[in-house]
Amino acid sequence: MTLTTFWFIMIAFLWTGYFVLEGFDFGVGALMPLLSRSDADRRQVLTTIGPVWDGNEVWLITAVGAMFAAFPVWYAHMLSGFYLPLFLVIVGLIVRGVGLEWRGKVTSRRELALCDAGIVAGSVLPAFLWGAVFGHMVYGTALATAAGGALSLTMAMLHGAVFVALRTTGPVRARARRAALFVSAAAVPLAAVALPSLPGSSALTVPDWSASPFLWASALAAMAALASGVALVWRRREGWAFTATAAAIVLTTATLFGRLWPAPMPGVTVTAAASAPYTLTVLTWLGVLALPGVIAYQAWTYWVFRRRVSARSE
Amino acid sequence: MDALDLARWQFGVTTVYHFLFVPLTIGLGVFVAGLQTAWLRRTRRGEDGEHLLRLTKFFGKLFLINFAMGVVTGIVQEFQFGMNWSQYSIFVGDVFGAPLAMEALLAFFLESTFLGLWIFGWERLPRAVHLACLWAAVIGSNLSAYFILAANAWMKHPVGYEVVGGRARMTDLWAVLTNSTALAQVPHVVAGAFVVAGGFVIAVSGYRILREGSYGEAGMWRTSLRGALVMTAIAGIVVAGTGDQSARLLREQQPMKLAAAEGLRHDTAGASFSIVPGVEVPSLLSLLAAHDPQAVVQGTDDIERRYTAAFGPADYTPNLPVVFWSFRVMIVFGMATVGLSFLGLWLTRRRAGPPRWFSRLCVLALPLPSAAIVAGWLLSEIGRQPWTVQGELMTAASVSPGVSLTEVAATLAGFTLLYGVLALAEGVLLVRHIKAGPEPVPVEPVPSGEARLTPTLMY
Repeated sequence: MTLTTFWFIMIAFLWTGYFVLEGFDFGVGALMPLLSRSDADRRQVLTTIGPVWDGNEVWLITAVGAMFAAFPVWYAHMLSGFYLPLFLVIVGLIVRGVGLEWRGKVTSRRELALCDAGIVAGSVLPAFLWGAVFGHMVYGTALATAAGGALSLTMAMLHGAVFVALRTTGPVRARARRAALFVSAAAVPLAAVALPSLPGSSALTVPDWSASPFLWASALAAMAALASGVALVWRRREGWAFTATAAAIVLTTATLFGRLWPAPMPGVTVTAAASAPYTLTVLTWLGVLALPGVIAYQAWTYWVFRRRVSARSE
Repeated sequence: MDALDLARWQFGVTTVYHFLFVPLTIGLGVFVAGLQTAWLRRTRRGEDGEHLLRLTKFFGKLFLINFAMGVVTGIVQEFQFGMNWSQYSIFVGDVFGAPLAMEALLAFFLESTFLGLWIFGWERLPRAVHLACLWAAVIGSNLSAYFILAANAWMKHPVGYEVVGGRARMTDLWAVLTNSTALAQVPHVVAGAFVVAGGFVIAVSGYRILREGSYGEAGMWRTSLRGALVMTAIAGIVVAGTGDQSARLLREQQPMKLAAAEGLRHDTAGASFSIVPGVEVPSLLSLLAAHDPQAVVQGTDDIERRYTAAFGPADYTPNLPVVFWSFRVMIVFGMATVGLSFLGLWLTRRRAGPPRWFSRLCVLALPLPSAAIVAGWLLSEIGRQPWTVQGELMTAASVSPGVSLTEVAATLAGFTLLYGVLALAEGVLLVRHIKAGPEPVPVEPVPSGEARLTPTLMY
């Protein structure tokens, strides 16, 4: 395996980490008003992601930073090419970030409502736009852009609803389960339409049977994971359901990046976009030395805050 | 007005705005961690340290209000290179991207993850582990300053690279990370951040002393004020020393910036330093820039002529009035803050409250160093023009070719509007919490079931 291939896989890995982790943050933020009947409920819902969302967002900063370092040409074309959507992603992340951080430091109803609006808008907008951007990157059509956005938004909402069900007690937990089932009514059909064409077809909903068997396997596995996630939510196996929705996101992202290889954008091949071997070697050392530590201490955070959040706590 | 101008305005607006919050994050984080450490040590010795805990939580809250803004406005920075400056990104990515990736992996993860643990871990983690989380987070913040400044230094003094096929290629990581420009500007900027944070604490403490008419319960405001005065004074000395070093590097590496900062038009031996136009100290500039009163300092007109001969005809002179006056604002406002800190150390030496006029003066310590550090950036980055990478790539050739004037205008307007609203909100929040003062601390944080459960797992 060449360094370029390795770094393409690393970029895919970083984006996967981002989509899995911030995926449920987005879902939690987007569903927060629907899962709550009172301000105490809203606090309970948000406390599930309170200690971790900021660390999760660093996966994005790392993914984009690593693209800049390893594939400068791809980074430059993607960011300047998706100019306005990415502007809106940033605006979303800004209002969501300050909403989450400042919510605990205001008291009046009006200010709480403003923070909540920031959290909801700042979760829905990026969750939709990331799917739209990558959908457009693959197919270049308006339909694929809309379908990609709808799929990433609904998958994030499902993933987030399952996360809330897993991390809370009481009425919020029951509402989160119902919300997950409700959202899956949109996410599953969308996945059934979009995922089969992801391995190779140039148009949405037209499967390409000659595409790589690996991509087919991962696309089908993604659909299976999603379906089993829904079944597990139905059976109230929240831990396994969360594992399944996380796996669905991992497999979808893997299929997506498999599809983007070896030319992620028109006129941009991975080989031509890559940095020289020296820089890629430096980055490899960096990744090998730093990433295991990062994953370990982030995992520790989840361990520290592993207890279900009840309505009274914090 | 074309897309290039607006892209430059956008970079200027978003970067200066981002940099209003970042220095406070860097310095105040260390200050809060210091307070919490003092509290923990004192309670370990069985002494009463409640006022230290209250100060920790009070300044911790202000720190977090500000931290949020630093984080979210930082996302813009990383995206902006690719969005508005795609040609720059393609040219520099191989070299410039590595410190950015290091910043994310080694610094931002540390900062964000452990800050989350600190915010939510008060009653869940053993005290020492909880404190260690804050230290890990603030080490992350300070480390991020090093990486981003190393990247920035490379733009001003590119080292450890070769240009192949129109793209810079890194040949020596160590040279990039130990660039002389970086080694001078990292301590300069980080110490500047500690002056900003020290000034913030001085101003807040001064305000609380005015409001309460004394140093407050257990003399808590004297504790925070003296701590901040010491921090500001020490950091101020570092800023001055490294600033001197930077000036000497400028003479060798970026003579145009030095000449512009001084308004020096022609190459001059024994160049004088103009305090303001018309008031000059003979030979001082040569002395400062080369530690030799007779040394030759190059002038803008002569450099312009040499650059035209070397790189072809273009305008190589940056905006002279902006660079000239930024330099003076930086020095005067920065020195005023440090002077205030030395004065304060003398006036607060006794336990009786300081004179009222001094407490009033303290409030100035909030805007002065922020203005100084922003002026420093204007000097540094506008003085680098017309280059994005000194001697290699010009700003005009760096911009994204496919991005239209309308797009840049729309996002510039969007960011400006959003940032304006958020600045107002942050100001209101900070003022409200400063006015409210520290909250009383419950007698002893009641350990929850979790806290009893976890310690065995922590060690």
